[in-house]
Amino acid sequence: MSADGSLDRLKREGRIVVVGASLAGLRAAETLREEGFAGSLTMIGDEPYEPYDRPPLSKQVLLGRATADRTGLPRHRAIDAQWRLGVPATGLDMAARRVRLADGDEVEYDRLLIATGVRARPWPQEDEAELDGVFVLRTRDDADALERSLAQGPRRVLVIGAGFTGSEIASACRERGIAVTVAERADAPLVGALGGVVGEVAAELHRKHGVDLRCGVMVTRLEGDSAGHVRAAHFSDGNTIQADVVVVSLGAQRNTEWLAGSGLGAGPRGIACDAGCRAFDIRGIVTDDIYVAGDVARSPHPLFGYQFLSLEHWGNAVAQAETAAHNMLSDSADRRPHIWVPAFWSSQFGVNIKSVGVPSMGTEILIAQGSRSEHRFTGVYGYQGRVIGAVTFDQTKWLQFYQQLIETTAPFPPAFPTVDRRPEGQQPMPADFPDPSVPTHGPTVTLSGYAPDDRRLTFTPARH
Amino acid sequence: MRLVVDLNRCQGYAQCAFLAPDVFAMHGDESLLYNPEAEEDRREDMARAVAACPVQAITVEANSLDGNPGTDREIGR
Repeated sequence: MSADGSLDRLKREGRIVVVGASLAGLRAAETLREEGFAGSLTMIGDEPYEPYDRPPLSKQVLLGRATADRTGLPRHRAIDAQWRLGVPATGLDMAARRVRLADGDEVEYDRLLIATGVRARPWPQEDEAELDGVFVLRTRDDADALERSLAQGPRRVLVIGAGFTGSEIASACRERGIAVTVAERADAPLVGALGGVVGEVAAELHRKHGVDLRCGVMVTRLEGDSAGHVRAAHFSDGNTIQADVVVVSLGAQRNTEWLAGSGLGAGPRGIACDAGCRAFDIRGIVTDDIYVAGDVARSPHPLFGYQFLSLEHWGNAVAQAETAAHNMLSDSADRRPHIWVPAFWSSQFGVNIKSVGVPSMGTEILIAQGSRSEHRFTGVYGYQGRVIGAVTFDQTKWLQFYQQLIETTAPFPPAFPTVDRRPEGQQPMPADFPDPSVPTHGPTVTLSGYAPDDRRLTFTPARH
Repeated sequence: MRLVVDLNRCQGYAQCAFLAPDVFAMHGDESLLYNPEAEEDRREDMARAVAACPVQAITVEANSLDGNPGTDREIGR
């Protein structure tokens, strides 16, 4: 490509558009400038704010130790961009290389990076979702509104969904002395991401800290008072609880609707791309000018059987953005693959939970160190005789060791005698993940393709 | 002054919490809580905390007087 000078021209005077002005978009923009891109750079974001950090929103901010308007991401360097903030992208014309904006404007590009991320899944009953006191938690505005509501001292908070965010919210409420009920459809908190064996520990943590944890139930209806404020919730087991704040924490939806009809391979599971972050079109052909990064991307990973992984992980957004930006400015031979090993953290009830690899692919788990009853342990996940993931509760210093086992496809169960191996850690046990076709709040890693019962495509053979 | 900690890297050594206790605090044995926007007069302590982190997990925004035009000009367009 650079043989004809087009790459040099792109770097000198090209137009790059980044849709999505959050962590991935910002780090990509910085990398583009770092690597010598001198052309015009446009950053499009649907929120009116410059890029900010989300992890503190469910932790520091809800604890009242930081305010939501002060989580702006530090800049590594100036990016000299034209910002279009508070204006969502509404369409893509791949042939004309144009992004349409909600205000009617169109922005032309030579290279496009899509980093539109995910949004909180709303409560499905619209009239109930609109009641005062019903929240989701994803954005700066969400966190601000929820924190103000917690500061008013509600009598009881109901958290619907015990994934990571839901559990962190419950933890913050307890720390503030607020009564909280958590309703989870699965048998334990965190089961989608970590399985039932670890979920049991999470359930203990909730209860030990005074959370009224209800598992195996669904919330069937939210009820408001005459002033339109939520006051009660009805459960599938026939129970009703009174709550004046409800936080809907049912996982995320990928922001791909704006690409409908564009011809890009974008859908409810994200935007498929190759290992070099180039987006596929709907025919499965890789594009050469459209790249994807962050939560909205799905890319194949050799360590995990080339499954297309969608990772809602902070570190993935950073690493994928840097790779995408590098590749946007590179010849094919100089491009790098994005083969980051998934890793995430959560902090709840004073316990540091961290994970590497893809635990939800695991069928077995071994408690390799520590003890579940002490809430301080390392769980190693096995899949087809190899180590596929690991989780630590307050044992983060061990995680890197297990990451190496994952990266080297070490055998499972790991053969070494470790320090602090307990009787309960002598034998692997079933990791106890729920059937993926049964909806829960969902894991933070989405494995390839569609659920088995989710027939979205009909294959029609070509006729000769 | 804005800061961010890469909590994938953070292993809870707590060096930052010793050096800048008004910005960083341990929450439980291992979890780190930090104020994502520290006061400008904490810059010296912050530099020490950044340097002392064994896993180099802390990023602090460059001093705007040191050649980073910052964000206002960009945002204001």
